[in-house]
Amino acid sequence: MDSLQLMTYLVVGATFALYIFIAIKARAATTGEFYVAGKGVHPVLNGMATGADWMSAASFISMAGLIAFKGYDASVFLMGWTGGYCLLAMLLAPYLRKYGKFTVPEFIGDRYYSNIARVVAVICLITASLTYVIGQMKGIGVAFSRFLELPFETGLLVGMVIVFIYAVLGGMKGVTYTQIAQYCVLIFAYTVPAVFISLQLTGTPVPQLGLGAHMGGDPNNMFLLDKLDKTLVDLGFHEYTLQKGNTLNIFLYTLSLMIGTAGLPHVITRFFTVPKVKDARSSVGWSLVFIAILYTTAPAVGAMARLNLMETIHPTSGVNAGQWLKYDERPDWFKNWEKTGLLKFEDKNGDGMIQYVGKGNKEFENEMVKVDRDIMVLANPEIAKLPNWVIALVAAGGIAAALSTAAGLLLAISSSISHDLLKGILAPNMSDKSELLSSRIAMAGSICVAGYFGLHPPGFAAQVVALAFGLAASSIFPALMMGIFVKRVNNVGAVLGMLSGLGITLVYIFWFKGWFFVASTAMAPNTPDHWFMGIAPEAFGAIGALVNFVVAYVVSGITAPPPEHIQHLVDDIRVPGVVRR
Amino acid sequence: MSESGDYWKANIRLVIGCLVVWFIVSYGCGILLAPALNNIRILGGYPLGFWFAQQGSIYTFVVLIFFYAWRMNKLDEKFGVQED
Repeated sequence: MDSLQLMTYLVVGATFALYIFIAIKARAATTGEFYVAGKGVHPVLNGMATGADWMSAASFISMAGLIAFKGYDASVFLMGWTGGYCLLAMLLAPYLRKYGKFTVPEFIGDRYYSNIARVVAVICLITASLTYVIGQMKGIGVAFSRFLELPFETGLLVGMVIVFIYAVLGGMKGVTYTQIAQYCVLIFAYTVPAVFISLQLTGTPVPQLGLGAHMGGDPNNMFLLDKLDKTLVDLGFHEYTLQKGNTLNIFLYTLSLMIGTAGLPHVITRFFTVPKVKDARSSVGWSLVFIAILYTTAPAVGAMARLNLMETIHPTSGVNAGQWLKYDERPDWFKNWEKTGLLKFEDKNGDGMIQYVGKGNKEFENEMVKVDRDIMVLANPEIAKLPNWVIALVAAGGIAAALSTAAGLLLAISSSISHDLLKGILAPNMSDKSELLSSRIAMAGSICVAGYFGLHPPGFAAQVVALAFGLAASSIFPALMMGIFVKRVNNVGAVLGMLSGLGITLVYIFWFKGWFFVASTAMAPNTPDHWFMGIAPEAFGAIGALVNFVVAYVVSGITAPPPEHIQHLVDDIRVPGVVRR
Repeated sequence: MSESGDYWKANIRLVIGCLVVWFIVSYGCGILLAPALNNIRILGGYPLGFWFAQQGSIYTFVVLIFFYAWRMNKLDEKFGVQED
């Protein structure tokens, strides 16, 4: 075992010991503690836990890689995955907290006085959350197999056992306190390498400022972003800071991610755990503070990683300036990632050198046939030649991000099964104690299902993320928002609205990605020329939401208004205190 | 009833005001106007449109939520509808 591996075992092992210690300290004894942590979590701490819950393996590992290779166009993820919190704070969180129940489907079922609405919400919730969990489980397996050199299966199993211990024992209470620890681990792991690299490249320790700074901190040098633009254009790539895709698509993509973020049940439920309505408002703000620390660092990580990568292969200064990297002289990180198959080189012109160029380059063919975006964050510290403990920390951070999100999602799934399906519809007379037991069983079951899909990922695992956001945006968000803001919307309107928003979004996604993601059944190729007005399937959730709003409003207008007690319910949730009538 | 009606109207006005800002910084400055704003440089070498899309909009979102929370708490007290 080399020193890097030993270090990684130590760091990852220490964080695991911490999580289990917290889980034992925070066991849930009642259903209230299991579902919503007894509504006693301080808003700042809840914000931190929400940050960890929200920032998944995708945010931690994939996002900076996406930014590195897409440049400006990746802004849709940055704005989309943060702007949704404004909608959450102003349109949903405080009202749902006032309503004071345990789950999102429960609110939808009560407000629209309909078990059908509740079941539709449960199905959306389970589909969206399960697709998400599969990605986390895969992330855990990958992190283990790359850094601890364990088999993928063993890594996944270790991850499952850890989640099992603290989520099944502790419920929301255990998950919340573990997530606070996980947030600290993941944000430390993300920012430390970013600070190092920003210092190396620009002499500025703050990555958010380094991205705008001069190379080497010397005003006579070019700005980092100009240098990156020039390097890329010289090699035939598109400018980093300029838009490439079509504006309508970028607009709708951002909107869909924002609405989807605000409609994801495992995030909404977090704001049921604070003591007061007032706390729900500020807690969303704190969540975004903790999320923004990572999300404003990511653009710097992406740009600097891309520049380092280009400089490694085609240096613009030093002794080898202007020469392509010889394949025999490639660095160790290059070899390590080649082994995983995520980085591939093919010597097309047989000159023994690596030509990495864009489509605009007429002189060479691109020989880097595969550069997987997901390796950027993990390889970044190695590319920048940072010390081993930093690399070990990044491994622990990636695992923390995946574990915390998985736990939050599993909790949302198990509570909707035990609380909405069992207690709410099938067995209303169930005692508190047996509900608690059944939610633990549901949790254990969901972990096994997620683990199974993590081991045997369906071919469409990457594509279903579009589905999760599409479902949340087109069905859950509009139903919740209208439930609070439009008193006139009734059961028929809400159910038809949800189904039509959901329907049109699903059809659009399946049209280009294949029915139920069987690629061979796609009706048209999934490329911008074939998309309706250039709108990507991932960007269609906003249109689905619009359809949902219109259908629900029109249908409610021509059917009977909701009964009086429902109108009173809406009046009640609109004010934080008690309503005087 | 009419008093809580006024509370709700004041709330809606506040939300709309905040969402207008939300829209301007992200969809306006970060997307629609970004190509034009990129001619301006801030904080060193950031083209302004690019900065809004990858930094500025996120900072504004954070400030907006706290502003909203602060104003709403004031409204709660003004109309006497806060929790005990």
